[in-house]
Amino acid sequence: MHRDSAGCITCPGTDFQHAFTRAMSCRDCGMRLMAVQDEAPKIRVALFATCLADLIRPQVALAAARLVEECGMEVHVPPQSCCGQPAYNSGEQDKTRTLAEVFVRQFEGYDYVVAPSGSCAAMVSVHYPRLFERDGESYRRCLEIGKRTWELSRFLVEVARLSPGTSADNRFEGLTIAYHDSCSGLRELGVRDQPRKLLSERCGIEIRELGNAEVCCGFGGTFCVKYPEISTRMVDNKLDGLDESGTDLLLGGDLGCLLNIAGRLRRKDSRIRVYHYAELLLNSDPGAGIGDSGGD
Amino acid sequence: MRIRTHDFRSASRAALLDSDLRSAMERAEGGFVDTRKSAVESLENFEEFREYARQVKNHVLQHLDSYLCRFESGVVESGGVVHWARNGSEANRIVLDICKRAKARKIIKGKSMVSEETGTNEALEAAGHEVVETDLGEYIIQLAGETPSHIIAPAVHKSRQAVTDLFYRFHKDQGLPKVSGHQEIVNQARQVLRDHFCTADVGITGGNFLVADTGSVAIVTNEGNGDLTATLPAVHVVMTSIEKVVPDMEALGGLLRLLGRSATGQAMSVYTTLFNGPGRHDDPDGPQEFHVVLVDNGRSGVLGGEFQDILRCIKCGACMNHCPVYTSIGGHAYGWVYPGPMGSVLTPLLAGRRNASDLPHACSLNGRCATVCPVKIPLPELLRAHRRGLIVTGDAGTMQKLVMGVWFQVARRCSMYRLLTRIAVRLLGMMATCFPGSSRGSIRVLPLMSGWTDTRDFPRPGQSTFQSLWKQRRERH
Repeated sequence: MHRDSAGCITCPGTDFQHAFTRAMSCRDCGMRLMAVQDEAPKIRVALFATCLADLIRPQVALAAARLVEECGMEVHVPPQSCCGQPAYNSGEQDKTRTLAEVFVRQFEGYDYVVAPSGSCAAMVSVHYPRLFERDGESYRRCLEIGKRTWELSRFLVEVARLSPGTSADNRFEGLTIAYHDSCSGLRELGVRDQPRKLLSERCGIEIRELGNAEVCCGFGGTFCVKYPEISTRMVDNKLDGLDESGTDLLLGGDLGCLLNIAGRLRRKDSRIRVYHYAELLLNSDPGAGIGDSGGD
Repeated sequence: MRIRTHDFRSASRAALLDSDLRSAMERAEGGFVDTRKSAVESLENFEEFREYARQVKNHVLQHLDSYLCRFESGVVESGGVVHWARNGSEANRIVLDICKRAKARKIIKGKSMVSEETGTNEALEAAGHEVVETDLGEYIIQLAGETPSHIIAPAVHKSRQAVTDLFYRFHKDQGLPKVSGHQEIVNQARQVLRDHFCTADVGITGGNFLVADTGSVAIVTNEGNGDLTATLPAVHVVMTSIEKVVPDMEALGGLLRLLGRSATGQAMSVYTTLFNGPGRHDDPDGPQEFHVVLVDNGRSGVLGGEFQDILRCIKCGACMNHCPVYTSIGGHAYGWVYPGPMGSVLTPLLAGRRNASDLPHACSLNGRCATVCPVKIPLPELLRAHRRGLIVTGDAGTMQKLVMGVWFQVARRCSMYRLLTRIAVRLLGMMATCFPGSSRGSIRVLPLMSGWTDTRDFPRPGQSTFQSLWKQRRERH
């Protein structure tokens, strides 16, 4: 099933390039193995939509699915709910374990699990194994699924090797576009350059870097409703001077942060539009931004 | 120091409304973050030092008893005395005894956060001693009758104007003019404090590191007040805590390279001094007595448990300088000696978790603190561990438990979850049109969610959930 683990006939010990849309080819000799491509089963990717995309911004999960499909992989959406992050961060260890076990049961048996969110992917790959005793069955299964769980942009860049696309025109030319690095993805999974690379290659977008790109926006899951005043100050600090700097779009990779940021921008009648990066990667016209009118 | 951790919510709200605090904190944050960054970049193998420091401190904590005993013998060998204090009141009794025997009237202090824990100033003043803080920041807040709001910059919350007014109020009787420039303020403090240095009977300092091998106490300052406090009076008392011990000079060197860079962005603080016992016969000066008060105050209870990592802390303040919560609300709202991420871990352990239940929760778990911690304390993990502890002891909020319980029953059943989210999407869509002020794109008011909607719109969901859309798509193909 894992075609990348099979060796080339002429170059023993080498792996095949992930270039499924074109052909299977050996990294060393470039030999193309069309037969393999035709017969081998497609790589099966389970999409974890994440609660917020499922509920509030389905187009993010749809975009994620189509981007993965574009790489020649097969997308599945197993029955799913929540990774358990709110319970985990509230100290509810038992509830988190139960939800982790539900998740593992649903998502086992796929080659990869992909989520359009750094914090949800990190929950599975970084935190799930910490929930269980080191030598138990659950621990082993969490570790196993953790290794196969990816944040979308990292997956597209490092595993699926999404092609830059054919359209060379810069659809977003003339727009000033900023990026908010969400904390979990950035610090727990090392997601930083991948979305920028994709946005640059596929959409010709060069990010105007924020001075405080890596500072928390104040979302923090239940934190933002438990300590709303502090959270609001944090998002205001984050957005300080953004309107004046002429920013048109603010992008990010985690809907929690983006709902928070967009919610605050809308309340302050800002003209900045907010999107998940996946929406721009897929659509030449991504439609209304998060929280903007006309967005269905 | 009085514990006010239970007031966190109201104190933090009040702090957010304080515009002076806001501008002071903005200034400080910028300075600390940028200077640290360039200092760290200038040391090529900073990450290796961090790992080294983590290992050294872990090793010491594993053998804390033997290192402390070795440190004690070193102090005794050089003519000093080590006192062991289980808690704050024992520590204060020891210090009071020393002062009494020295027939002390005036006591000067270098910066010591441990003495803030134990409330030593209050105890000394109650016994009739005059106590003068000599660190500029500590001096400012002593005049203002406040407590430190930062572990290395105790008066970081004060504006220059506030200091100008404070100095004028307290110094005008001595015939000193009103001063408002940085340099003038520092000079006036220097002038006033010089008299105190020369007339004090006992000097109390903290200790940044205790070197077990040699029985030395390392004190790091930028003003030199620690050195004057330690050497001018006849008696030098070091008040410090048991986790400060390091094995030898090599370890000290490694930790010092991290401390200055992490704290203030300096390769080395201006004054780094090692104190070994009282002045010797042939020394031209120095104290006649040298005491080290080793304070436990709850730390040995942390040893060997799931929170042991916090005892690696070298009190540099980097975690709070990089914490968006701390820089929004300042240090006082945390309600005890140690604010910010390290404080939110340590305070519940030393001052009681039940009344400090807000501290571990008032954090967005963004993890920036852990990336700058010079001894790699996993602060977000320890805060989560506190949250777990509050659940186990039944001290979590009722509302939280209720909401989480209902949500859990839904989330554990994928089919029920799918159904209810479909209904929720419809309801939210209706609310977007029903509630006043809501536009088509977002919702202005949500019942039970005022925490969100008081200050933020709630983006309106689409017509269907992703899972329904996906199902439709599958059926079409």
